[in-house]
Amino acid sequence: MSKSKGWPLWEVFIRSKQGLNHKHVGSLRASDATMAIKNARDVYTRRAEGISIWVVPSNNITASDPNNEDSLFEPSQSKVYRHPTFYDVPDGISHM
Amino acid sequence: MMDVDIQDLEKKFQDKIDQDIKIEPNDWMPDAYRKTLIRQISQHAHSEVVGMLPEGNWITRAPNLRRKAVLLAKVQDEAGHGLYLYSAAETLGADREQTIDDLHSGKAKYSSIFNYPTLSWADMGAIGWLVDGAAIMNQVPLCRCSYGPYARAMIRVCKEESFHQRQGFEIMTKLASGTAEQKEMAQDALNRFWWPALMMFGPIDSDSSHTEQSMRWKIKRHTNDELRQMFVDVTVPQAESIGLTVPDQDIKWNKSKEGYDYGPIDWDEFWQVVGGNGPCNKERVDARRKAKEDGKWVVEAAMAFADKRNAKKTA
Repeated sequence: MSKSKGWPLWEVFIRSKQGLNHKHVGSLRASDATMAIKNARDVYTRRAEGISIWVVPSNNITASDPNNEDSLFEPSQSKVYRHPTFYDVPDGISHM
Repeated sequence: MMDVDIQDLEKKFQDKIDQDIKIEPNDWMPDAYRKTLIRQISQHAHSEVVGMLPEGNWITRAPNLRRKAVLLAKVQDEAGHGLYLYSAAETLGADREQTIDDLHSGKAKYSSIFNYPTLSWADMGAIGWLVDGAAIMNQVPLCRCSYGPYARAMIRVCKEESFHQRQGFEIMTKLASGTAEQKEMAQDALNRFWWPALMMFGPIDSDSSHTEQSMRWKIKRHTNDELRQMFVDVTVPQAESIGLTVPDQDIKWNKSKEGYDYGPIDWDEFWQVVGGNGPCNKERVDARRKAKEDGKWVVEAAMAFADKRNAKKTA
């Protein structure tokens, strides 16, 4: 993506506490994975924001094309019957 | 691409903005939007990084260990803010090293406030209170900026910045309630930083070349003068409450506008400092350039080490 001569770009994902997913927080530059973890600790967790860090070289991420947004995601919007609210439940029925 | 296509894309883009839908890195955006953001975000990043210098000046001379730990943490935060922002600029395709080289060559600007010297310990108080206070005024609306990565970086920055302002005000409060000499130090720092802090919001609206378009793109949510007025209105009572006086004879509560009137700003001084002729412009850029040059061998050695290890792994 970038033509910088320096260190490669890494994407950083942080798990804020046990039981939650790792979540993308940003990116940084580092010469290797070990340094990327150390830098991520200093850049993104200075106030106890995390207990676990993932770093991934940015160029290893494949993203969906925003131009295909409609063809990719529209079909799920039109299928309202995938949601429980689509169905009529007779009055008096509970636990459903 | 045909003109009609571009027009269509631009319309869709502006529709999204009007509906407050964020723009993300891979979305189509007009070149001018991209350029404006790269310019603004990288200048913002440079300001955070150059902003470490005037405060770094006092780390070794902080009056006690508590103040030293706090100042260190603040300066470290500024480095972090610079890094969030360089990352955000990179999502637009900006080359990080190129933007830094633009700072070093004088092509890119940074906040002119950092071209003033920090002469006494009280300046650490004035900077935290006024400079970080003005920065927060600017940055809070940027949390709702139309470009996703910039808005997200600003949310992180604003959360951290509020400690910066409080620690500055605490320093001022302590000095202002101390000996006559200490109070004099605090007043002197306020005298020197007040006007440059007001200049941080940029030229008056009629002279601000980017404001109109930036507001249409929702990069900016308030004009320079609106933000400056908000800053004056919250800061004047804060100064009064600790017994300090804002160095402006024209400060007067204006009932009809529910805000303070303030005196004329010396825009010649502002343009002189922006143009490179402030008291510390050369010193600041020289320090950044030296840091890059002196650190170059570390960057290269770390990369050579990583390359060597990768080669071993694949062999």
